[in-house]
Amino acid sequence: MKMVRIDARGMHYTPLNQKIRAAVADGAEEIVLDNILGQRFIGDGLRGNVRIIINGVPGGDLGMFMSGPTCIVHGNAEHAPGNTMDRGMLVIHGSAGDAVAHSMRGGKVFVKNNIGYRGGIHMKQYEVEARPILVVGGTAHSFLGEYMAGGLVLVFGIGKDKAMTDRGIGSGIHGGEIIIRGEVDDYLLGIGAKKFKFTESDLERIAPIIKSFCEQFGYDATDFLNTNYTKIGPASSRPFASKYVWE
Amino acid sequence: MCGIIGFIDRTKSKMDGSSIKAALSLMNERGSGDGAGYAAYGIYPEYADYYALHVFFDNLGEPKKKVDELLQQMGEIVHQEEIPTTPQPGIKKVHIPWRYFFKPSEDLMAGRMASENDVVTYIVMEVNANVKGATIFSSGKNMGVFKASGWPEDVANFYRIEDYKGYIWLGHNRYPTNTPGWWGGAHPFNLLNWSVVHNGEITSYGTNQRYVEGYGYNCSLFTDTEVVAYLFDLLGRQHGLSHEMVVKALAPPFWDEIDRMPAKEAELNKAVRLTYGPALMNGPFAIVVGTENGIVGFTDRIKLRPLVVGENGNRLYISSEEAAIRVYDPEVKTIYTPRAGEPIIGRFIE
Repeated sequence: MKMVRIDARGMHYTPLNQKIRAAVADGAEEIVLDNILGQRFIGDGLRGNVRIIINGVPGGDLGMFMSGPTCIVHGNAEHAPGNTMDRGMLVIHGSAGDAVAHSMRGGKVFVKNNIGYRGGIHMKQYEVEARPILVVGGTAHSFLGEYMAGGLVLVFGIGKDKAMTDRGIGSGIHGGEIIIRGEVDDYLLGIGAKKFKFTESDLERIAPIIKSFCEQFGYDATDFLNTNYTKIGPASSRPFASKYVWE
Repeated sequence: MCGIIGFIDRTKSKMDGSSIKAALSLMNERGSGDGAGYAAYGIYPEYADYYALHVFFDNLGEPKKKVDELLQQMGEIVHQEEIPTTPQPGIKKVHIPWRYFFKPSEDLMAGRMASENDVVTYIVMEVNANVKGATIFSSGKNMGVFKASGWPEDVANFYRIEDYKGYIWLGHNRYPTNTPGWWGGAHPFNLLNWSVVHNGEITSYGTNQRYVEGYGYNCSLFTDTEVVAYLFDLLGRQHGLSHEMVVKALAPPFWDEIDRMPAKEAELNKAVRLTYGPALMNGPFAIVVGTENGIVGFTDRIKLRPLVVGENGNRLYISSEEAAIRVYDPEVKTIYTPRAGEPIIGRFIE
């Protein structure tokens, strides 16, 4: 396997991304980035199957428009990792900032700990082949899945009494689903969001995702398969119809 | 979009300006080169009893003569000089930054001007509204603001920020969106010992401005953030509210959240909302305020701007980005993101 190592200490994101692209063009299968600190736009618009190991704290918009590669972050991530991501995977061994998986179109974002506000905002989906997935090990702040149009957001609340304690879950949601381990208080639901019965077939459907998440972070999947979940989805496909049209 | 950062050493152990320059520069993407600035506390120990008035003069003729006259009439100038600067290719020196060390006369302290803080506030409002070619942009004791139009490194090098040692530092990298980029529009905005750095917009500016102007403040700097400094002075100094209560007034909980609180807490929050309705700030914001006894960070009620907190022993950092904190202090121990409207407060240890 062809591996490339880049020391990014003090490097601006433009030369860094140029080096990453050059390495991919040169056939690299794994790229290790050391001393990353605040460089934005890492892996943006990148295609192929390269695996990028990021040692440090990458800046905002990690993996934006990315289509195919896998980024493993050993550290926290800042705002909007997975922004409009198309395919591939982000695995964050830490927490992430606001607007994680913003407008994501496909692929997976796995965050070991917590995420900030508006995780999964504007996530979308096309049929079954382009269905983005955001999985959060810890908890998320308010407006999780805001204006969500498709895809799946899954929150485990590991180490928490309640997986979600922040308000506005699924505010303005009109597609997709938010699945949260345990019970969710009704007052935490945003406008346009509604609870649905979480069924055996739902669990069967998400089981491969649970297993994949647990594999990445070394958890025992049985803990997450033998438990109850709350499913939240859109009350209607046009939650704000009455605000804009008169019938 | 703007980049903000705040630092406090709770034991008042001082740090020079080189670290905040590096930290703020990491967030250059958050600015546009149209404004940057710093506030440092603890930098003028030899004049600690005097107000350090930092002034932008268009020239040292008529505007300075008027300010000199006003200050001499209102008190005593013990020292004055041009603030030392080093020319930078990225900065056009359109103003002359000057500093006075000033003590207001006790003879003036009566009626609405009962304290030296009131006299200095009056002088700042008077000069900024009525003296053409002069802007007082910093008026605290043992602290000072250094700002200009330019990138964070250029502004820091222009003012030789490394030469100052402070126990509180604030930094701001500006991306002006709604109002012009000019020296007086760069952050921090200051009045007395209150200094404000802000990322976002105060969309309730009109309401807030009318409210503070009723108490004698004059918003004359063409930018929304100015009103935040005056709100802190009004609520924090004149009304004597704690920093926590000021934040509760400016970014209060929603009514439905108040309804779910225990009776006593609900009553308090209701009273604050009713009393300080016109002080409530709407719009997206993340703010760090430097004060006489510490720093205060908070965001708008639905968190439309980022804010990250870092701690390392007696040192507290509040910034738009985690990476900036890690540049400031590579040994930082704890990193977390506060909730919307939650006050993050760092105070000196007595």
